[in-house]
Amino acid sequence: MLEIKDITYQVEENNKKINIIDHLNLNIEDGKFVVITGPNGGGKSTLAKLIMGVNKITTGKMIFDGEDITEKGITERANLGISYAFQQPVHFKGIKVIDLLRIAAGEKLSVSAACEYLSKVGLCAKDYVNREVNASLSGGELKRIEIATVLARQTKFAVFDEPEAGIDLWSFQNLIRVFENIRESINGTILIISHQERILSIADEIVVIEDGHVKKQGSRDEILPEILGTSAAAKAACDRLM
Amino acid sequence: MIDEIQKHILEEVADLHKVPDGAYNIRANGESAGRNTTANIDIITKKDKSGIDIHIKPGTKNESVHIPVVLSESGIKETVYNDFFIGEGADVTIVAGCGIHNCGNQDSEHDGVHRFYVGKNAKVRYVEKHYGQGDGLGKKILNPLTEVYQEAGSYVDMEMVQIKGVDSTIRTTKAELAKDATLIVHERLMTHGKQHATSVYTVELNGENSSTDIISRSVAKNDSEQIFEAGIVGNTVCSGHAECDAIIMDKAHVVAIPKLDAKNVDAALIHEAAIGKIAGDQLIKLMSLGLTEEEAEEQIISGFLK
Repeated sequence: MLEIKDITYQVEENNKKINIIDHLNLNIEDGKFVVITGPNGGGKSTLAKLIMGVNKITTGKMIFDGEDITEKGITERANLGISYAFQQPVHFKGIKVIDLLRIAAGEKLSVSAACEYLSKVGLCAKDYVNREVNASLSGGELKRIEIATVLARQTKFAVFDEPEAGIDLWSFQNLIRVFENIRESINGTILIISHQERILSIADEIVVIEDGHVKKQGSRDEILPEILGTSAAAKAACDRLM
Repeated sequence: MIDEIQKHILEEVADLHKVPDGAYNIRANGESAGRNTTANIDIITKKDKSGIDIHIKPGTKNESVHIPVVLSESGIKETVYNDFFIGEGADVTIVAGCGIHNCGNQDSEHDGVHRFYVGKNAKVRYVEKHYGQGDGLGKKILNPLTEVYQEAGSYVDMEMVQIKGVDSTIRTTKAELAKDATLIVHERLMTHGKQHATSVYTVELNGENSSTDIISRSVAKNDSEQIFEAGIVGNTVCSGHAECDAIIMDKAHVVAIPKLDAKNVDAALIHEAAIGKIAGDQLIKLMSLGLTEEEAEEQIISGFLK
């Protein structure tokens, strides 16, 4: 279980202190498929980075499976079983897809084992395994490879930051299928940051983050109608103005 | 003749684990330590100075020549002249390379002067690796001078690698290309400690539709220094591209000097250079996969220099 206790993440901008995350409390239970949503700039991606340890929290505590990880770095958290799929996958020079999957798996994966992870994210594996992880791959391809690296880690807690960002509509349909599969095949906890109704609709739990703290948290059946309700209401209002 | 130290160096510089197939000439501590010629490739010792002439008959296909050099005694300083005559339409691989093992307190230096006369439509793949080891106070110095003269339609692909242990290098490469000739260069370099490496290219594109692509990837660590100068002269309708991509670390110093010289309105010459530290997000990604910062750095560098 991940317990986030009253955390704040503060940055300084033009000599003014701003709380990107502002006294946020959140518990994520084991084995749950949780989707975090909310308006842009609300602090969702920042929270993902704080969980992985990419950024350090200013105040508060983070407890993972009973262990205080507040002061732990990225590597330590990774080795405790947290993984993180970047919103914008990183480009490398000379590092191939198979290299990245091998690092992720922590062993010298065979080509066929590596291919299995790629197939899980809907990539025709043999075309990709020896490609360099660079801009010669499309945004959608990089995104799937990013997700495959997290799958290859087989950790008990995986964070995906907006997996749909930068993916075209056609790829998106496939991506939903990928997450439906992950949902069925992974035993660990999954935390996805997303705005997509299709992803929200396969969640066990939905958390709405706004202005740096949790605004709502509850089961999908409880939260989803409310969110859709507001967007439906907004759409109706827009339609009237047309 | 070849001892264990020399064997290890041969593996490093020429990927040689045993006596190579095809033609070879192994030079150890200033003397010939083995030679083989084939029906198509002849190797002749020069009479007027130190070095060899390598003659490759026209039309020779899929053969290789290995000419590694090993220095394992401290204090040797030599200049060696090797000339390659590659016949029309030949298609060969040439593996050179020099390894120095210096445990002593005197400097060891090997200056190889290689000249390539590449015949019409011939194709050459040339691999040159440098390697140094041994922790004596004596420096390990390599100053290669490479000259390439390419006739019409010829193709030369050069791979220059110096990853470890060479204290000082001044590499000078000159090429002249005739019509439709192509020269590709991949240079990979890593310096550490107080090492210094300079690499200067001057490629003259003299024939119509000749082209060159010079690509350098380097990593400079500790207090080391690198200077990369890529000069391309376009004298006619031609295309030239030079690229220097360097990772700088610690207190290193890297200089990239572009030098494009177009003497014809249809000469298309491009130079790209980028120097920077390892990207933070690359480190974060690999650390999030469970590597320590040092391991992540190692992976990024070895990928970059692959």
